[in-house]
Formats: sequence, structure tokens, C-alpha cells
Amino acid sequence: MELIIQQAVNGLALGGTYALIALGLAIVFSILGFINLAHGELLTIAGYTMFLLLGTGIPFPARVLVAVLFAGIAAVLMERIGFRPFRGSAGVTLLLTSYAISTSLQVVFLNLIDPRGKSVQVPAYLNTLLNLGPVSIGLKQGLSVVASVGMLVALSLFLRKTRMGASIRAAAQDFQITRLMGIPANRVVSMVFLISGILAGIAGVLWVSQRSTVDPAMGFTPVLKGFVASIVGGLGSLPGAVVAGFLLGFIEIMVEAFLPADAQVYREGVVWFLVILALLFRPQGLLGEAKE
Amino acid sequence: MDLLELSGLEVAYGTIRAVRNLSLTVGSGELVALLGPNGAGKSSTLNAIVGLAPRSAGTIRFDGVDITNKGTEAIVGMGLTLVPEGRRVFPKLSVRENLGLGGSVRLGRSNQGQAKRMEEMLSLFPILAARLHQAAGTLSGGEQQQLAVARALMSSPRLLLMDEPSLGLGPMVVDTVFEMIQELSRSGVTILLVEQNVRLALEVASRGYVLASGSLHMQGSSDDLIVSGQVEAAYLGVAEG
Repeated sequence: MELIIQQAVNGLALGGTYALIALGLAIVFSILGFINLAHGELLTIAGYTMFLLLGTGIPFPARVLVAVLFAGIAAVLMERIGFRPFRGSAGVTLLLTSYAISTSLQVVFLNLIDPRGKSVQVPAYLNTLLNLGPVSIGLKQGLSVVASVGMLVALSLFLRKTRMGASIRAAAQDFQITRLMGIPANRVVSMVFLISGILAGIAGVLWVSQRSTVDPAMGFTPVLKGFVASIVGGLGSLPGAVVAGFLLGFIEIMVEAFLPADAQVYREGVVWFLVILALLFRPQGLLGEAKE
Repeated sequence: MDLLELSGLEVAYGTIRAVRNLSLTVGSGELVALLGPNGAGKSSTLNAIVGLAPRSAGTIRFDGVDITNKGTEAIVGMGLTLVPEGRRVFPKLSVRENLGLGGSVRLGRSNQGQAKRMEEMLSLFPILAARLHQAAGTLSGGEQQQLAVARALMSSPRLLLMDEPSLGLGPMVVDTVFEMIQELSRSGVTILLVEQNVRLALEVASRGYVLASGSLHMQGSSDDLIVSGQVEAAYLGVAEG
């Protein structure tokens, strides 16, 4: 039982990271109709910011804030320089543009920093165990769950309670009519990329904190998972992305924890099999709307 | 003085010319109908006026100002707005949120101004007051049409463009919607109305323009257009003759 609870917390921690990534992808998709394949590089930028600030004497929480902020700014610049010139183009054009940006950024990291991974140590206190009765939970995992859930709640409040939030939700439903309300398209799109970048930044910090290393291709795996979560959730559905993100992380951890040692080699396969199964029964995704 | 003036307007989607050399005017306080069969270029004209369709030639002037090359946000900010075909309310947003977005442009960030205008709209469309916290997508077609109009009026526009307000509505609801249009016109709102239902449109409008295959086929007072029978001819595809 204790093992199950501990693994459940681990699952929530990993799922929270996937949920943040999936949400960042879904919010851009809901408005601009493409999956930003360069989203992973925003995680990497957060990771490298953490690495570059090591040894500067800046306290860890401040380093985290700066890393998240940099990822947010990078996302806004990415939209302004890379995507805006192609606004209104077909989704596949924007998808390929995002792939080009992703590859270019990886080359920049490779040449300007290092092809090898860089160590990003987190403070020792984050590795302590919290004893909650019979169950011990890593502080890092606990903070991951709190950070991702807290961010999701904050984003939900922002989208529901503010005028800009309502504009974003409106744009996700009908971008053309939102412009007809006199709401500046560029401001909404920039805000969406800022949110997406901040979500990626937090996910990047959590990912790096778990693995204590950052390399040029770091963003690929988590974004692939986030991408899968956003599809399983229902492409463009924000609640769907969150639910599927948590579910995917949870399943991954549970499969890893409880699959017999001999079968561990198949654990990724088991996860993907479950994803295919989910899409077979709900092709529109868990919370997506069926198309005629 | 003319509030809206189109001069030699051309709208093209790639090689397809949807509107050809169209000139028309709408005077302040007028209710003018823009008529024509499917594909005549009526909706393209309205969309071009608000900057949602590509304008390849000609000029559009609003209150004497050339708005041909302005973006949608800027045009709407000047006091010109469109009630689009098919209502296109934001289905997952509440009625209140839909109205709030409609007023965000000209009322700026003033919550007081918004609240006051919303009160006015809710007294004009009482059914919306009863549905204020309901998702707009759960409203009936007629209620959605009222919401679309109220949303557009939230910005206190000087010119209201309406695209097929009767489309998809039952006969009883259509009557209600047209009574509402007449009421708006009487209250001083200038309206350019695109409508497939010719008789109904000419009953409420003072004059009209008839388009056929993207070009102006005829124009005149509503009475003249009804009597001439040429409107029907345009609809039957014999306009070119």
C-alpha cells in the first residue's frame, strides 16, 4: 500500500510535468492550429538558464524564476520572429516552421554551449524525504506536484476571471470573430505564447531538477510525451491535455513500478499500447469533441 | 452625409473575383438592404468592409475616413461592426462573457461603462437577462441571434452590418428578429442589411442594392425594387441580360 502511495506521488509528479507541457502545446494549437515542435527547446532554455546561473550566488528560487521568465520571453520572441510572418498559413506550414526553429535552436545549443550534458545540481534540501505517517515522499516530487497543480489552478483562474483570459478562450473558439470584437489579434497571440513559454519553463525546471542534467536535445522526450498527452486529451482541449498528461505520467510510473523485472524492457511499449487503445476507443481524445 | 461609401470595391480570393467594381453608400440613420442570390458577393462585401476579406481594389470610406487598408481591430474601434452570418457567438462562453467581449473595444477597460451598457442591452433583450450565466451554445437559434446583435451593440456602433440575420431561424423567430431590426433602426442605428429573404428585407429597408455574380445589378428605393420584379430576375440568374 505504502509503495502504491509513493509511486502514485511519483506518477503525479511526472504527470504534472507532462500536463504542463501538454497544456502549453494545446493552448497554442487551440488558437493557431498547429503543434509547436520547438516547445521542447523552451524547456531546454529553462534548463540552460538554470545551468548558466549556477555559481552566480543567486539563490535557487530566484534562479528558477529567471529560468521560467526566460522561457516565457523566448516563446514570445519565437512567435514574433518565427511564426508571425506565416500567420494565416496552413497548419502544416507552421508545423514545419516549428520543426526548423527546433532544429536551429538545438544546433545553437550544441555549438554555443556543449554537445554533452551539463550538470545542474539542485540544493541538497530538495533531496530530503518527507515522512507522512507510514509513507515517505521526496520533497522534490512533492514540490513538483504542488508546482504543476498550482500553475494549472492559477492558469484556470486567469482564463476564467480576467478579460484577457476571456479573450483567449474566445480566440480559441473563433479567432476571426474575436478580432471583430476589436480585440487585437497580436496581443492575444503574444499572450498565448507567453503562457505557453511559462508552462514550458516550469516543466523544464521540474525536468532538470529530477535529472540534474541538461543537454541540447533535452526537450525532445518530454515534449513527445506532452504531444501524445495533448492528442489523447483531445487536440486543442485544455482540460483534456491536463487530464491526459497526469494519466500518462501516472501510467508510466505504475508500469515501471509494477511490471516484472523481465518485462521491464517492454515498459515503453506497454505505455504506447495503452495510448493506442485509448485512441481506438475515443479517436477524438478523452475530452475532445467528435467531428461529423 | 454618407456614413459609409464604397467606391469601385473589388474582392478577390486568389483568381476568383467575388465582388467587382461595387460602389454604394449608406447615409447616417438609414437602413439599407444589400440583396442577391447565393454567391452574389454580399457576405464578401460586408467582410471586406470590416477587413476580414481581401480588398484588391477600390476604396472604403467610413465617416469620410479611408479605411480600405486598416485592420479589423482598428475599423471596429472606429464604430463599425458586423453581426456575422450564422450568429457565431462564442458557444462555450457565457452570455455575460459574450456581451463583455463585445463591449471591450470602445468601452475600453472601464468596468462601469461596460456594466451600464450591459444593463441597457439586457433591458433591450430581456431573454438574455434570464440566460446571463448560461453557455451561449445552449441558447436557441433565435436567442443566439439576439445575443449576436446585443454583442455587436455593446460597443455602441455607429454603423451595424448584419449578414443574413434570418438564416436558419423558424418563421416566428424571423418575425421577432426583423421587429428588432426595425426597432434598432428607429432608435437611430445605421444599418446595412444583407438578407436572402428579399420581401422581408425590403419591408424594413428604405432602399436597396441588388448584386448578381459580384456586380451591382440594380439599386433603388424599396418600393421601386419590389414593384419592378427585377430583383426576382437577379435571383433566377437572368441578371446579365
